[in-house]
Amino acid sequence: MKSSLTEGVAPDQLPVAHEHQNEKNDGKQDGRLSLFRLLLKDRFATVSALILVFVGLTALVGPALMGDLATKQNLLFANKAPFTLAHGWEYFLGSDSLGRSMLARLVVASRTTLSVALPAVAVALFVGSLWGVWAGYHRGWRENVSMRIADVIMSFPSLLLAVVVLYVFSPSAANIVLILALTRIPIYLRTARAESAELQSRTFVDAARTFGAKPNAIIVRHVIPVVLPTLLTLATLEFCYVMLAESSLSFLGIGIQPPDVSWGLMVSQGRQYLQTAWWLSIFPGVAIVVTTIAANVLAAWLRIATDPAQRWRLALPRKRLIARIPAKEAKP
Amino acid sequence: MKTATDQAPAKRSRAAATAAAAGTGAATGQAKAHDVVLQVRDLAVDIRTHRGTVRAVNSVAFEARAGETLALLGESGCGKSMTAKALAGIMDPVCDLADGEILLNGTDLAALTAKERLKFAGPELGIVFQDALTALNPVYTVGTQLGEAFRIHRGLNAKQARVEAIDLMKRVGIPEPESRINSYPHQFSGGMRQRILIAMAVALNPRLLIADEPTTALDVTVQAQIMQLLRKLREEGQMAVILITHDLAVVAEEADSVAVMYAGNVVESGPVSEVFADPRHPYTKGLLESVPVHLERGARLKSIAGSPPELHDIPAGCVYQSRCPLVQDICRAERPVLRPVTSVTGTPVTGAPVTGTPVNVPSGTEPRPARTAACHFSEEINNV
Amino acid sequence: MLIYLRKRIVSSALPLVVVIVGVFALARMTGNPASLYLPLNATQQMRDDFTARNGLDQPLLVQMADYFGGVLRLDFGQSLRTGQDAAAMALRAFPATLQLAATTMVLAVLLALVVGCWAALKPNGIADRISSFVSMAAASIPDFWLAIVGIWVFAITLGWLPTSGVSGAGAWVLPIATLLLRPFGVLVQIVRGSMVSALSEPYIKLARSRGAGELRVVTHHALRNAAAPALTVAGDLTVGLVNGAVVVETIFGWPGIGKLMIDSILQRDFAVLQAAVLLTAVAIFALNILIDMGYALLDARVRPVTVKA
Repeated sequence: MKSSLTEGVAPDQLPVAHEHQNEKNDGKQDGRLSLFRLLLKDRFATVSALILVFVGLTALVGPALMGDLATKQNLLFANKAPFTLAHGWEYFLGSDSLGRSMLARLVVASRTTLSVALPAVAVALFVGSLWGVWAGYHRGWRENVSMRIADVIMSFPSLLLAVVVLYVFSPSAANIVLILALTRIPIYLRTARAESAELQSRTFVDAARTFGAKPNAIIVRHVIPVVLPTLLTLATLEFCYVMLAESSLSFLGIGIQPPDVSWGLMVSQGRQYLQTAWWLSIFPGVAIVVTTIAANVLAAWLRIATDPAQRWRLALPRKRLIARIPAKEAKP
Repeated sequence: MKTATDQAPAKRSRAAATAAAAGTGAATGQAKAHDVVLQVRDLAVDIRTHRGTVRAVNSVAFEARAGETLALLGESGCGKSMTAKALAGIMDPVCDLADGEILLNGTDLAALTAKERLKFAGPELGIVFQDALTALNPVYTVGTQLGEAFRIHRGLNAKQARVEAIDLMKRVGIPEPESRINSYPHQFSGGMRQRILIAMAVALNPRLLIADEPTTALDVTVQAQIMQLLRKLREEGQMAVILITHDLAVVAEEADSVAVMYAGNVVESGPVSEVFADPRHPYTKGLLESVPVHLERGARLKSIAGSPPELHDIPAGCVYQSRCPLVQDICRAERPVLRPVTSVTGTPVTGAPVTGTPVNVPSGTEPRPARTAACHFSEEINNV
Repeated sequence: MLIYLRKRIVSSALPLVVVIVGVFALARMTGNPASLYLPLNATQQMRDDFTARNGLDQPLLVQMADYFGGVLRLDFGQSLRTGQDAAAMALRAFPATLQLAATTMVLAVLLALVVGCWAALKPNGIADRISSFVSMAAASIPDFWLAIVGIWVFAITLGWLPTSGVSGAGAWVLPIATLLLRPFGVLVQIVRGSMVSALSEPYIKLARSRGAGELRVVTHHALRNAAAPALTVAGDLTVGLVNGAVVVETIFGWPGIGKLMIDSILQRDFAVLQAAVLLTAVAIFALNILIDMGYALLDARVRPVTVKA
């Protein structure tokens, strides 16, 4: 996208510029603190962050707490409807046709889901970003070749790739991570390349070059810090995409394989019981939706908060509250 | 925050009425030279930031006269561009017009709704920006953009608007307008783009032209041509021109009167010749002294120590106190208002005060805008 | 323009060839179809015969050369499953996907333009907050799950719509509604974002200073500038849909290219898979060129050749 919000826009010249000058005195820590404070100001973003922390904690410690509940079959309690404590807390979200606790299965599945999505995003982010920054910085053939490779990966049917891996290798979580990472690398590659290509023509990079800094040193010291916020925001968005992609693969039967369980697989497994036990499909779906929406909201907030040219927008919602307060009193 | 006009509400409304009468009278014909076209009083603009609201422009007052150029002079961030945008009604969404009147031929623009204001945007008031490349819409030909004003306000069709656009391009000195009219902004040089921008602003012969640093982005030679063009257009249309600049030389050459701004406030105003010859505010004085004239080689350049205050940290008293060499206790306690300046002998230096009724000057005599300054010690300043 | 098109065709042809070669090789890595098409108790002799008959005993490079030779003569091979011409099968499935994709994208773009502009008019206003939440939710819901919920509510519980098939207008509602959501959500965010930044550009202020009203500013000045990013993303999203809305086609039994692809992958029906991949690749290639031309129409700066010297 064009970097359209640059010169000539008063809001980022005036309030924000001054803001930053002020923060400089207080040191780096204050900058981070104020980002946190900014987060607390946005209710949606705060709730989203809390949801993500909760999902993360569930995936981390939940399975241990559940013990063998997720796999323990109990035909006496088969297909129990949710929202009743009559059969004990573990059946609060109902049970499947084998009498396994939905709650426990959801918790265990959260670990699988995250342990696919997070590494996939991390690998793609790491490889794609470094590659893209490198390609964009050097331009020329390195850039061209990289872009063509990205084109090829992007236009490759990722389903086929998944099936091949499923057949040739074992359909393990690690292989799914690999496929998802591989197919998403071009996203970071393209973004990082575009930003880095733009940056390498800027004067501060030229300045570093005249000091005799080596390309890799310039990339690390000058280019990466500038592109990192964009890439991290992109990674948050990609987290949603990868989670959905894993779910789709599992749903189609070429992702996570039973007896392992992920949210997507649960939706798929519950599909045939839609008429008799709707909760089997609906609950894992809700888990996916809530997590992805939270990540999306946070990404949107992050995109604005980390962009000095856009940060002023976060000042807008409180319009009605502060418009009437004279400047003096509003001052901290 | 409240200043001059609060102390004299009666005066203020009388002035408004007079200006209104003058406005309706002049509406039919062309404005006579030296008529007051625009009177700004007590203008205040707030910006909302995530740390609270700050006041970027504070009780600003000045007037602009037909066929004359008023310069708004100040450092970057002093609120001069913000003032211009407030006048033109194109402030950023985080900014609020907090207070004040903008009397354009007697109509208070500040009291109008955004929709009512549209009628004035173009026929009454035009604005020229600094950066012509970003100020022109990249996806339309210059012809389309030049013709737009005619289509909106005069209801012309595309063909008629095109004729007008070609005519405009001739007026601002763009060669071969018939062939260049279908070009896109990026296909023009910087100077030509600035001419197009000016053409757009003067398309409907507005009474007031605001030029926000129109030459800052240009080469020195092109700068001179653009200033010449503005002067020519001003004389042809008897426009009042508000020239926003940080360049003392431009002010000295182009402007009839000047309003010096500092930290959102007008600290001094008056005819350029007088203000520059006899500054009555320490900031103006400091600015003028920082211009290297008759300097020996190796001599130290003078400059004003310190930097302007942060917007959310403007002191309670005089805005200039932190940098002023003459600062006293009263400066820290009480903010000086813009008031008519008197000479050492006690008589007003020139003209009438800015808050008063516009003076009806008999033909033949040169009317003078008021000489004002916002300093507790504007009389003593040159004796120091 | 022609020079530009030629350049574009050359630079896009390479990925196209690589993709087809890759599919060819990868498909064969999934194993020998003989084990799927012959009875479990088939003798080794029968297996060898089957393999030889379908040319699968040749080295990969020979197979590839044969295949590309055939493609040049417009012979795409036969389906192992049905014995039909592979290209004919792909072509028969394609319109269903294309209709679905086109309807979905037209609706998504129109809705997103309206909602996105409306949201951008007052950044962080109530409309903006509602639309940004709705669009985010829309982009975050997995399509297969939404399809299931849709079937559960509208087909099973209420009985208003059929659960699958292509007969009647009712059959279109759920697939389109399911497919629509993600493009709509993504596009609203893009349109809103680029409208907000377009609206804060100096040329918008200048248009206002010429007396252009809100409607004119939005539809005339901002929208065209904001359209380029939206066009890119809409293009990518359409590519995704054309590439086969596999999940939705599978759930709703929609006989499109996506379903054909996944079926032939699972059945190791190589010829059909290759024909389907080739067809979609060509369609996507054409789509990309259309998008590029759309760009040039929107913005003179990206027009490759200046008309006047």
